[in-house]
Amino acid sequence: MVLDIVGVVITWIAVAIGAWLLGVYMFKVFSGNRTLLSPVLRPVERACYWAMGVKEEAEQTWIQYTVSVLIVSVVSFLFTYVILRLQDKLPLNPMGFAGVPADLAFNTSVSFTTNTNWQNYTGEATMSYLSQMLALVLHNFLSAAVGVAMAIALFRGISSRSLKTLGNFYVDATRATLYVLLPLSVLIAFILVSQGVVQSIGPYVVAHTVEGANQLIAVGPFASQEAIKDLGNNGGGPFNANSAHPFENPNGLTNQFELFLELLIPFALCVTFGKMVGSIRQGLAIAAAMGILLVAFTAISMYSEQVGNPALTAAGVNQAATSTQAGGNMEGKEVRFGPIYSGMFEATTTGTSTGSVNSGHDSFTPIGGMVALVQMQLGEVDPGGIGAGIYFMLVFVVLSVFIAGLMVGRTPEYLGKKIESKEVRLAALAVLIDVASILGFTAVSVLSPAGLAGPLNAGAHGFSEILYAFSSQTANNGSAFAGLTGNTIYYNITGGAAMWIGRFLEVIPILALAGALAGKKVVPAGAGTFATDRPLFVGLLIGVVLIVGALTFFPALTLGPILEQLQLAAGHLH
Amino acid sequence: MQDKIRERKRRRGRSSLTDRTILGPAIAGSFKKLDPRLMARNPVMFVVEVGSVITTIIFTVDLFNGTAGLSGPNNNLFVGQVSLWLWFTVLFANFAEAMAEGRGKAQAAALRKTRSETIARRLVDGREERVASTQLKKGDIVVCEAGDIVPGDGDVIEGIASIDESAITGESAPVIREAGGDRSAVTGGTKVLSDRIVVQITANPGQTFLDRMIGLVESASRRKTPNEIALNLLLAALTIIFMFATVTLQPFAIYAGTSVTITVLIALLVCLIPTTIGGLLSAIGIAGIDRLLQRNVVAMSGRAVEAAGDVDTLLLDKTGTITYGNRQASDFIPAPGIAIGRLIEAAELASLADETPEGKSIVALARRLGSNNVSAGQKDMVFVPFSAGTRMSGVDLDGRSIRKGADDAMGRWSGKQVPAEITESVATIGRSGGTPLVVGENQTILGTIHLKDIVKPGIRERFAELRRMGLRTVMITGDNPLTAAAIAKESGVDDFLAQATPEKKLELIKNEQSAGHMIAMTGDGTNDAPALAQADVAVAMNTGTQAAKEAGNLIDLDSDPTKLIEIVEAGKQMLITRGALTTFSIANDVAKYFAIIPAIFFAAFPELKALNIMRLHSPNSAVLSAVIFNAIIIVILIPLALRGVRYRPVGAATLLRNNLLIYGVGGIIAPFAGIKLIDLLLTAVHLTA
Repeated sequence: MVLDIVGVVITWIAVAIGAWLLGVYMFKVFSGNRTLLSPVLRPVERACYWAMGVKEEAEQTWIQYTVSVLIVSVVSFLFTYVILRLQDKLPLNPMGFAGVPADLAFNTSVSFTTNTNWQNYTGEATMSYLSQMLALVLHNFLSAAVGVAMAIALFRGISSRSLKTLGNFYVDATRATLYVLLPLSVLIAFILVSQGVVQSIGPYVVAHTVEGANQLIAVGPFASQEAIKDLGNNGGGPFNANSAHPFENPNGLTNQFELFLELLIPFALCVTFGKMVGSIRQGLAIAAAMGILLVAFTAISMYSEQVGNPALTAAGVNQAATSTQAGGNMEGKEVRFGPIYSGMFEATTTGTSTGSVNSGHDSFTPIGGMVALVQMQLGEVDPGGIGAGIYFMLVFVVLSVFIAGLMVGRTPEYLGKKIESKEVRLAALAVLIDVASILGFTAVSVLSPAGLAGPLNAGAHGFSEILYAFSSQTANNGSAFAGLTGNTIYYNITGGAAMWIGRFLEVIPILALAGALAGKKVVPAGAGTFATDRPLFVGLLIGVVLIVGALTFFPALTLGPILEQLQLAAGHLH
Repeated sequence: MQDKIRERKRRRGRSSLTDRTILGPAIAGSFKKLDPRLMARNPVMFVVEVGSVITTIIFTVDLFNGTAGLSGPNNNLFVGQVSLWLWFTVLFANFAEAMAEGRGKAQAAALRKTRSETIARRLVDGREERVASTQLKKGDIVVCEAGDIVPGDGDVIEGIASIDESAITGESAPVIREAGGDRSAVTGGTKVLSDRIVVQITANPGQTFLDRMIGLVESASRRKTPNEIALNLLLAALTIIFMFATVTLQPFAIYAGTSVTITVLIALLVCLIPTTIGGLLSAIGIAGIDRLLQRNVVAMSGRAVEAAGDVDTLLLDKTGTITYGNRQASDFIPAPGIAIGRLIEAAELASLADETPEGKSIVALARRLGSNNVSAGQKDMVFVPFSAGTRMSGVDLDGRSIRKGADDAMGRWSGKQVPAEITESVATIGRSGGTPLVVGENQTILGTIHLKDIVKPGIRERFAELRRMGLRTVMITGDNPLTAAAIAKESGVDDFLAQATPEKKLELIKNEQSAGHMIAMTGDGTNDAPALAQADVAVAMNTGTQAAKEAGNLIDLDSDPTKLIEIVEAGKQMLITRGALTTFSIANDVAKYFAIIPAIFFAAFPELKALNIMRLHSPNSAVLSAVIFNAIIIVILIPLALRGVRYRPVGAATLLRNNLLIYGVGGIIAPFAGIKLIDLLLTAVHLTA
């Protein structure tokens, strides 16, 4: 167990180093500076612009930027939807899977377009290779690139000195893909293959078991998909078991490597932000707030899983770790990973917007499971999704600066930009959209027969399953409390709506905020300026995230995981 | 008139919370403000009012239908109490606003007395006709003689008069107003004490200075300031967010196999939405304007007060603000071989009849240094006044001919080479920004008098304080750069603009603003008007011209240029108070959740008693305690809202840390104690089951 914790800490240190290097590199990429890869990629980049008919120098206002995001997303959503519906008539379908039903195809297409990767299907039993490699992996890159582009646009809005424009969406998304996501994915895929992750386009393998039965073993071009699944915070694995499957996550090293990948770009963007606003400390302050929250939530999850099920403790079962036993709550966990690495995976995958799993979140202790719920309900800001994490954290920054900044006796400002009614309205709207979607859909679901048909369990746990589904989908996470039967018309459609709202309704206030800030004069900093790169501000930001972000969900959490934990402790089993 | 001043001073001196003349109308006002049309302007409190109405209906219906109605079995007393305290919450918030307005109204009433209808003597084609002052229009010409009340705001176009402005300024010493120049403006309601002036009216009825002032303090014409609008938006958004949290709780409860009464849901909602700041927000704004008024500064808009907090550069006129405004003798430097006593005596004699401030200061310094105290009444003294031709002045007595003057003039007068040491000291004084005066007797040069601008005592410390507040000071002066630099160094200003002209001033402001700075300045002359109009915070002196007053957004009735510093402090104080109460209000929610949530579900899920960390007596007492705390905290904070959070110039970092500790951390802790205490009291008097 001690060794496990050492492994956790080493992973975090690796993230810090990797994020610093990548963050500086991304700053160069998005500022249009030369990088190591420019000699090779620059011609490709130019060719892309020529093919798309994009003028590289053409700057966009926030409205044009938003429209571009939406156009690309809607078109690619339709593309995926059509492929999924028609996969039986298209090539690369050696297993002869049928076309995906309309509601499931809708949910899945929205899910991948929004970087959620909520999966109401079993990958290896539903999707052809073409669907996996083209329709879905396309979004693994594109949705991640859209997230990065939006974050960069907001950074530009905050750092701009005079321009009212935010850059060019097509250029930003192309650069994110070409210079960051693609080269890293290639590298990662090789590393994963070296550790035993499958990469094949042949048919499934038949194994003859010792009992003489034939077992069909699913394989596929999965190492490449696994790379972008983690790096791009997508989380949608080719296997239903996701990162618990040995072909996706063969050993302890790949487990920690995948966690490293999930955290890499979200933290690196903090460094990029610092570089773009001209003060690395500003980026580090945000990274610090994210890091402290992540470490705290990870610790709660690991502790809660290691301590184990309170009902079993009450019954006198020994759940302590020994030299031969991982101890703790092992229900729904891989023996390879144990409670510490599973707890870390759960906290990381929901702190980022990845949503891949190496254990059943449904089987976590209630408090352990609540870690996932709370992090998603916060809007995923520790460190959050690729791009989405920092842009949502900046929303909280705006709110923190506004609430507490007044206490220094000046109109609140962030990095010299005054925070006035327009910015407050947009930031509050961004939070409101999240709250309304999560609580609204959950409330409708617990009252409607179609919604009530979903959960596997009764009582508090069943409630958590529904709450988790809408928290995960609104936050574009994609992990699930496995108990819920999601592949119904009701959940496919409401879930699809929640995912769309969580991503593309949020686009509007976020980019409008970028636009509002872009046009503002910069107030020079002085002794009367509220410093946003100090530990005090980090503490304040964490406080606002927890109070504004989490308190809203306290009543709901009380009836879900908190109640369940207390009931387990009291020996009431449902 | 004198009693009016005393009346105003009395009002200012007394704490308004205990002043019956304000308290009574404020209580009445709290009820008048229950009008939903007025309440709708404040979304947070409007939600509370709607909640109060709904709980009242539930209570009333159940009262007639028996106990097992809408409020649940045997709960009518509880619903009644919740309802009552919700009404109190609204009333307390209204009371805070009414109190703030009441203080302003008291001052407006004092002002209004001076506006009593006067008869104006209007000149039409050279003929004088008597009309009511309210009928005067812009451009009318009126005549005022000793004993007349000036009928409206205007400019003196003919004559000179002494005027009692105490009605406006509270200052009883009369002031001189004359045609032309920067002292031509007269204000309606002031009284002419001597002579005759002809005034051109510059304001239409209802738009005079006094009218605007009354309108502002009465807050009738008060518009929300930008920051207030932003804060209101945040509060409205939080209200909607918490509505989602509360409204969806019912379906969740139904799923869990229980339900929540409407009364408890409303109680939860009211406790969560930011009622503390929502209830006190407008009072803070009104009190901010009022606090300035107590310092004799009239804010022409709330926006100006708010902007004052944001200012980071102060443009200060050297004369009157940084220095006393006239050169004073500071040193005597004797020529070689001359005893200092001889120089001092000669300097004093030469200045006895010199009525200029410089001359008086030489006499004063000489006496301080122990001269013989000769007086001007001595016989045989023939004073030689200063003339532009000789550029000297002095005295002849007992065959002694004593003169003082500029060094070149004195050199010519003595007919000899001025000693090198004198030339040297003259140059040194010039370099240090001072003015040298050479003194001679009977063609002998005795030495030099060092005249310099005396920097006001304490101003250096004041500027250091401003720097800690994050404010940069720029001195504006007509002096040459050398003199300006010397004064700047001595007074500790950060920067200066020498040989300033109105154009250079305006350009400086524009440059600073384009670099993102917010500028505050004071001014009184017509040539200040463009710069005043350009500055973000422009304080016009009441003694200034009409044009300056029109261009300013604040008017200082005392015409004291150092007021700018107090104005900035008042602006900051207002913003800090808002921030502090917002933080406090939001931080309070943590404790309220822990009071109400376990209470709501305790019956269905006894396990949740673990969340009742305050160990509150019963679900009903828990909910009621939270609601009562929520209401009472508004009343407790009214004095703070009206007085403002104390501002100390310690820099943003320290300020933020202190305030976060008090209002943030304190805001989390205080309600735990408060709610527990109320719960104990309620249980002790058996008000809840």
